This record gives sequence, structure tokens and C-alpha cells, in this order.
Amino acid sequence: MTPFAFDRAGDLPAALRAGGAPGARFLAGGTNLVDLMKYGVEAPRRLVDLGPLDGLRRVEETPDGGLRIGALVTNADCAAHPLVMERAPLLASAILHGATPQLRNMATTGGNLLQRTRCYYFYDTATACNKRAPGTGCPAREGVNRIHAILGHSEHCIATHPSDMCVALAALEAVVEVEGPGGARRIPMADFHRLPDDAPERDTTLAHGEVITAVAIPPDRFGSHHTYLKLRDRLSYAFALVSVAVGVGMEGTAIREARIALGGVAHKPWRREEAEAAMRGLAPEAAGERAAAILLEGARGFSHNAFKIELARRAIGRAVRQAASGTPQHHANKVIL
Amino acid sequence: MPDATPPAEPALALPPPLTLALTVNGARHAVEIRPWTTLLDLLRDRLHLTGTKKGCDQGQCGACTVILDGKRVNACLVLAATRPGSEVRTVEGLEGPDGALHPLQAAFIEHDAFQCGYCTPGQLCSGVALIGEGHAGSAEEIREWMSGNICRCGAYPHIVEAIREVAGR
Repeated sequence: MTPFAFDRAGDLPAALRAGGAPGARFLAGGTNLVDLMKYGVEAPRRLVDLGPLDGLRRVEETPDGGLRIGALVTNADCAAHPLVMERAPLLASAILHGATPQLRNMATTGGNLLQRTRCYYFYDTATACNKRAPGTGCPAREGVNRIHAILGHSEHCIATHPSDMCVALAALEAVVEVEGPGGARRIPMADFHRLPDDAPERDTTLAHGEVITAVAIPPDRFGSHHTYLKLRDRLSYAFALVSVAVGVGMEGTAIREARIALGGVAHKPWRREEAEAAMRGLAPEAAGERAAAILLEGARGFSHNAFKIELARRAIGRAVRQAASGTPQHHANKVIL
Repeated sequence: MPDATPPAEPALALPPPLTLALTVNGARHAVEIRPWTTLLDLLRDRLHLTGTKKGCDQGQCGACTVILDGKRVNACLVLAATRPGSEVRTVEGLEGPDGALHPLQAAFIEHDAFQCGYCTPGQLCSGVALIGEGHAGSAEEIREWMSGNICRCGAYPHIVEAIREVAGR
């Protein structure tokens, strides 16, 4: 690791002052940032440890019946929190489908939002990568790209966002709460992560010096009618090739309302409101087909990942069926119904 | 003649060492560390508790698993400076006050739950924490909740048996 200066933030204003310095980075659980520093992919000059900010470690109910999850709540505590299990079971399920118990005990809500792609070329400092070293090129396009994007990619970058948690947050229409030198702002999940376009070095719309304080989740509308279905090369502890987060409201056997987002296929959780609108009033089978057709519009694969298009189509169908029948995929029982 | 000596490089301003107080297996320590010292390196190189193993050093293999303030974590990804006052339990701290093996250690021997042994300290810490978490209800659940501990010898079936036996008591 490249040596760096270290601050333990006493309170949020102090953290914002220290974190605004050039080359400074905020540190939460460290499971991704410390790893990237060991690889030499990241080399901050100063780390500002948010650990002492206990106020960011709470899960609270909001007046409208939704939830506010503090940025420093660990993934393990979030998934096991009674309010989260009751009001946002889709979020708990997605979190339990990711990483390992050890990593979830350290990784935080805010840090998970900011985790970086696991593209092999991004991690390998001996190769070119527009995300790590802008302007050097994207070897993944012609290289080993099994885990890469089929949607929303650009000529500059075909990386995917690796998070499971964020796919659920997208389907739940969560809002990211941020504090910065310019004050507080609230960023809807749809606007938080970016597509790579011609600036793949920027994963999110967060500005330097801004810190995530919480994630707000609207009141639950789906009850047990949700699922997080994750397909991967190993049954456990692997990033998604394709994942689907879906919640539906039912009216008899038809879908009254739906929210659906895909993981593992793009630079951000992939959501299309047109797909959700098209599912209304349809039986689950037809709704899944319509949603897949719209969500996968314009999908294009590369030499090793074109299979993801068909995989995603089938996963969407399966996930909509699971959600409609109120039988969410279990994170430990790997049988897919 | 021009002076061929290149200008001296400015000295790299290293941050001063900081003193970290923590408790490891019940014993209190105060150690001088740098901000980039990981908990794993602190345990092995400074406190000479080499039971905790460095495998990948990237949070992928679980060989460095310790129990930090009651939670199992990858010690290789924890910057020690972020955890002043913490309590750490390592494989050296699993045995009872009389020196008897922890029931899970005894079960690992009984079930032949290791071959080369390199992953075993991490498996043991992870397994002890898992039993405490209450996620050891079935073989399927144990497999999922032990997914952060890789065993290249492939002793998994015996590890699952050992944990099942102790969890079921």
C-alpha cells in the first residue's frame, strides 16, 4: 500500500472538512477500498475514517412508514434488522446473496453503494483501463469479458457494477442521502450510479468531498411478493452473471404494479420504467416476457458474454413468477423454483 | 563544469506512528502502528500470534478470519488504526481457561476436518462465530454461511460435519 495520512473523524463537519482535501478519501468498512489500495488501483493521500460517527449506524422508521438506513450500518446488521426484514425483505435477501459473512460484517451501506467494478482489467495495473487510467483504452472489449456488460456500455468501458444490494435498492426506489461542502442533497437511486459514456472513471454522481449519510427506503408495497434471483458461476460467494430484483403488487392472478431491476448486466442497476408499466394487468408469465423484451432492448454482448442476454431473459421470467407467487428465492437453499 | 548531481528528492513525509490499544484473547496491548498496518499484520508480526494465517491478503480466502468485537471478519482488510479499544479473539484464544480444546477444535480432530491445516484457524474462528450467530441449522445453511472460508484440500464435508455436531449439542 502507498503510505497515506490518516484521520479519525470526530464528527460529521470535521469529516467533511478533512474529506474535502485533494486526494482524500472516506473510509468506512474498507472491504473494497483497502483491497484496491493493496492492488495499487487506489492510492489516496489521506484516509478519513468515518468509524466514530455512531449517528450513521442506525436503522430508523420514517414518518411515512419507510426506513432510513444509516450509511455505516453494516450489510450484516442491515440484513438482520427486524425493520428491514419486515419492511424491505427484498433488500435483506439481496444483501445475503452477496459476499461472505465476514465481509458483510465489515461492509457498510454507504460503502456498498460506492464499491467498484470487479473487471479484471480494472484490477490489473499492468493493463490499460479507461476507468482506472482514463484514455488508455478498454482491453475487455476484445479480451476476457464473460462478466461484463450487455446493456448501457460504451466504446470506453464495458464494466458492470458488482453490487447485489444496489439492485434491490433500485427496485425499491431508494434515495441516497448525502452531505457535502455545499449542504445536503437527496439522490434517487436511478440517478446515483452513472453509465460509463466517455467518463468511465466516474462511477457515480457523488462529488469529491460529499459523504453518504443514509439510504431512505419508501414504505413497503409488495409484502412477500418479491424475489432476488442471482445466477453466478459458483453457488455462493461469486458476483452475479445476471441478477433480478423484483417486487409486484397482485390483483387476483394479475400484476397490478411492478418494480424490477437487473444486476450484473450494466454499469449500474438496470431499470426501465416502461417495462414496469407494460407489466400492469398481465398474468405473471406474460408480464415476465414483456418486461424482458423491454429491459433487454438494445442488449449487445461481446465474445464471451452474449449468453447473458438469453440468461437474463429467462431469469426475468423466473423471478417474476417467484415474486407473483410470493415465494422469494432463498439465499441458502439454492434450488430455484 | 555543470553540477551533475540531481536535486535531492523531497523526503517522503510519512505520518507519525500511532499508538493503538486493544485486547487480544483477554490480554491488553498497546502497540505502535502505522495507518496502513492491518489487523492481520499486527497480530502476526507485532504480537507474534501466528495462528491467524495470511492466505490471499485480499479478503477472498478467509484464512485470516478472527472475531473482532464479537463479529467474524477478514483481519487482512481491517486497518488496525480504525479499531482502537477493540477486543480480538484469534485461534489462540479459542481454548478454555484450563487449556482444553474448544469443542469445535475437538470436533475438527474427531471428524478429520482438515488436511494441510493452513485454512483451519480461519475455519475454526468462522465456525465458532457461525454457531453463535445461529446459522448452523442444516448442512445447507452451514455451507452457505461458511462460504467465506476456502479450503483448497477440499475438507468441506468434514468441516460441515464437525460444525453440525457442535451446533447440535
